[in-house]
Amino acid sequence: MLDVIIIGAGVTGAFIARKLARYELSVALFERENDVGNVTSNANSAIVHSGYDPVPHTLKALLNVRGNQMFDEISDELDVHFNRCGSLTVAVSDEQMVMLYDLEKRSQENGVPVRILTAEEVKEMEPHINKEVKGALLAPTAGVIDPFNLVVHCVENAVDNGVKLHLAEPVIDIKDNGDYFLVKTSKGEYQAKVVINAAGLYSDKIAAMIEDIDWKLIPRKGEYFVLDHYDVGLVNHTIFPLPSAKGKGVLVSMTSSNNYIVGPSSEPIDDVEDFSTDSYTLGEIRRQATELVPDIPFNQVIRVFSGVRPTSTRHDFIIEPAKSNNRFINVAGIESPGLVSSPAIAEYVFENYVSKLFSLKLKANFNPRVKKYTRLNDMSLEERNEMIKKNPEFGKIICSCEKVSLGEIKELLERSVPPQTVKGVKRRCRAGFGKCQGGFCSPMVALILAKHYNVSPLDIKWDKESSNILKEEVKKL
Amino acid sequence: MIKRDLVIIGGGSAGMAAAIEAKKNGIDDILILEKDGVLGGILNQCIHNGFGLTEFKEELTGPEYLSRFAEQVEEMGIEYKLNSLVLDVTENRIVTYSNAEDGVVLVEAKAIVFATGCYERSAGAIQLSGDRCSGIITAGTAQKYLNIHGFLVGKRIVILGSGDIGLIMARRMTLEGAKVLCVSELMPYSNGLNRNIAQCLNDYNIPLYLSRSVLRVEGKSGRVEKVVLAAVDDKMKFIPGTEMEFECDTLLLSVGLVPYVSLLDKLHAEMSSTRGAKVNDQLMTSIPGVFACGNCLHVHDVVDFVTDEGRDAGRGAANYIKGLSEKKKHIAIKPGNGVSYVIPQFIETDLNNDITFKFRVRKPVKNVFVNFKSGDQLVNKVVKPVLIPSEMVMIKLNKDKLTNLPIDEIEVSLEER
Amino acid sequence: MKELTCIVCPRGCRLTIDDNLNVTGNFCPRGAEYAKNELTNPKRMITSFMRVKNRENCVVSVKTSVAIPKGMIFQVMEEINHVGVDAPTRIGDIAIKDVLGTGADIVITKNIK
Repeated sequence: MLDVIIIGAGVTGAFIARKLARYELSVALFERENDVGNVTSNANSAIVHSGYDPVPHTLKALLNVRGNQMFDEISDELDVHFNRCGSLTVAVSDEQMVMLYDLEKRSQENGVPVRILTAEEVKEMEPHINKEVKGALLAPTAGVIDPFNLVVHCVENAVDNGVKLHLAEPVIDIKDNGDYFLVKTSKGEYQAKVVINAAGLYSDKIAAMIEDIDWKLIPRKGEYFVLDHYDVGLVNHTIFPLPSAKGKGVLVSMTSSNNYIVGPSSEPIDDVEDFSTDSYTLGEIRRQATELVPDIPFNQVIRVFSGVRPTSTRHDFIIEPAKSNNRFINVAGIESPGLVSSPAIAEYVFENYVSKLFSLKLKANFNPRVKKYTRLNDMSLEERNEMIKKNPEFGKIICSCEKVSLGEIKELLERSVPPQTVKGVKRRCRAGFGKCQGGFCSPMVALILAKHYNVSPLDIKWDKESSNILKEEVKKL
Repeated sequence: MIKRDLVIIGGGSAGMAAAIEAKKNGIDDILILEKDGVLGGILNQCIHNGFGLTEFKEELTGPEYLSRFAEQVEEMGIEYKLNSLVLDVTENRIVTYSNAEDGVVLVEAKAIVFATGCYERSAGAIQLSGDRCSGIITAGTAQKYLNIHGFLVGKRIVILGSGDIGLIMARRMTLEGAKVLCVSELMPYSNGLNRNIAQCLNDYNIPLYLSRSVLRVEGKSGRVEKVVLAAVDDKMKFIPGTEMEFECDTLLLSVGLVPYVSLLDKLHAEMSSTRGAKVNDQLMTSIPGVFACGNCLHVHDVVDFVTDEGRDAGRGAANYIKGLSEKKKHIAIKPGNGVSYVIPQFIETDLNNDITFKFRVRKPVKNVFVNFKSGDQLVNKVVKPVLIPSEMVMIKLNKDKLTNLPIDEIEVSLEER
Repeated sequence: MKELTCIVCPRGCRLTIDDNLNVTGNFCPRGAEYAKNELTNPKRMITSFMRVKNRENCVVSVKTSVAIPKGMIFQVMEEINHVGVDAPTRIGDIAIKDVLGTGADIVITKNIK
């Protein structure tokens, strides 16, 4: 009998798992995908929002602001690139300036430090901004984070502290047996005293396994452009337009890796597995983005992608026990600002619910830090050479765009949440993230994976289960 | 820090030719840095024939062609380092490279030749519509999997883009047991060589659809299941009702090559519309002592011309090291009507040599004059019966014609006959 | 009257050939010869690769020493597919002599140590 089963290893499930790993509890984390943080957490704006935007006194407002405060420590403990670059919400008309003052008021109500900037100040900070700018709301606590490393490292830290991770194991049924839940997955049956539903786009289906629910998910798709990184300061902050009923609008931002991201759109969709992009929507994003930053170099686009957000009919985070059983906790509708809120959501779930269900003891040997990752690009020449002297594979570069070495890739494979796919390697160390998008290095990465897992290269996948890269080995004698 | 007269970045066709020529011009202290485990660059995976007609008057495969130069590099005792990637280059010509044996090493060079080749435009770069599944792969990557590792990336293939690699791969994959359903080209003309359409597509009854592109890719399962093509109008907008569906497992992309010069970009070298650096008649970039040649300068269609350009850069670098390339003037060369780019972009030295202009036309044209104009003065006029964008045009201009120009500018343009 | 694209060199001349084998549109004499052969006995060079038996996951590129009849391309491929070679290989080594009686050898095009 497990103490807790968490369903979903996205950013929410990851932080809940890490929070629970601090205590003497047996915890299992189930994920339907073959990697953690691979759905909504993998495809979003990667912004650590300041919290100026959510309606005051909502869970979104509360947890966003609290989450934001936690990120300096989290990024340090989990060894994730994080840059508190600040955000600018830009007004380009007098009418919008009026809205900006309303927003300033809302920020203050939410307890978010902000300042209204004059047009001149904005232009000085952001030379590429639309010359029609009238002013902007500066939120200095906003930041950008590596969302891929965030979830991987968070789950890794949870696993290192005793949480059991089950990948590629979707939950197909849950029975409430009174004292415990019987959780049936694609691979087996498990008993747990408490179930936490953090299943993202599938959280409605998981919740409905034990009772009728009075909320629905209306997933929204957002498409994006990613631009290559080059050392021209296109923008130095996250640049937002004024928010509207549809959300925070199309932003232009630097990322934690000094790429630039432009998007998202926001369209309701029926199919939660629709991650397609289309030229019409991208064209519309482009039009809106150039209203903020007219000279975005779209010839530097290296990738387009879409993410699907689990927006709910409640329009706020749903963090509450099931009506029929207070040991089944739904953590659903975690749309934007979900990424920034996630550590605070974990805290909230723990303090309000889980801590009341067990008599808890802190683990004596809990270690909040992941083992430091080797990132040669962050090192001095001397440090690099030290590394290469110890292991020459740190000298052999596999990804020439992002300058990732064989040693760094092989080191990933020895960690507690190792990548199994080419995309898994990319998300962890950026091999294949550059201008050629893995054109040169992906065959090498696939062969490294095949060798490590002792399988044929035919079995190596780009991403999900049926996404094999190769079809046939020819002329086998 | 070690010191070298000449560091060549990239040991492919351009880099090897540059090294050999520099050595012949009296530069002994040369270092080639090659990122792969062998010399030869992309030719290692180009196992088809058709290389060397200009260089050797015979038709060689890629590996045969490169081996002739690799052997010369060996015989001439030119030093090269394999598995060595250049991490950084500074304005004062300090090259940082990394490999397993030496670690990270700084090399101070009197001159540097960039011969870093090009990369393929990816699905993201063309903003391909549809599902993000596996089975969408660039032709060159598929070529590496097949010709180097012995794996087919798919069995039923649709190819987007009629560039030469796509055409060559249509034949290669057909021979190795895949079914190539069609090649779709956005433009109303092919971007590949005529001979490749004949011998790679027509020979195997593979249809080429012009003015058609991918409307969307379907692959919910995780792997490509279907590709939907549609016709485009002259504004490149899809025409409703022209959809063609192909059940397939692979979409091979052959949608253009881009010079691979992020290090030159970082140095803020002046860049051209080719997305390579701007160069003068010595193939020197705007950074003194830094040269560029081959596909990292502009994408070539014939490797023999890459070799030739590599030699020009090797000679240019040797001249620079020997102090023979003092800048004496600055004539800007500009593309005019119908011309997409011209190399070199500047004429700056005066070494008593004729100058070969290389350029491409924007679209196929017949029966045109190529005019070289300086202000109102017609410097040169050449008749060309057929010019197509996929073939680089080379026209040599006599050095005498470059004296007494009315303005320090020459425009290369097309005029209908 | 038939129209052809010459494949002898990258120039890719557009050739026309009439029933009396008169060729026009060719830039060089090899184009005329190509057009005539194309009507009477079309031939193609084949390039591919073979497995290297004594090396793990290793292939070596090969070509036909001369062009083979177009109609025999896939038969020749079958031969190439089912024969392996041993390393080391040298450019020019013959892997299959006179493949299927075509008069063409299958020749190694890559040095493998």
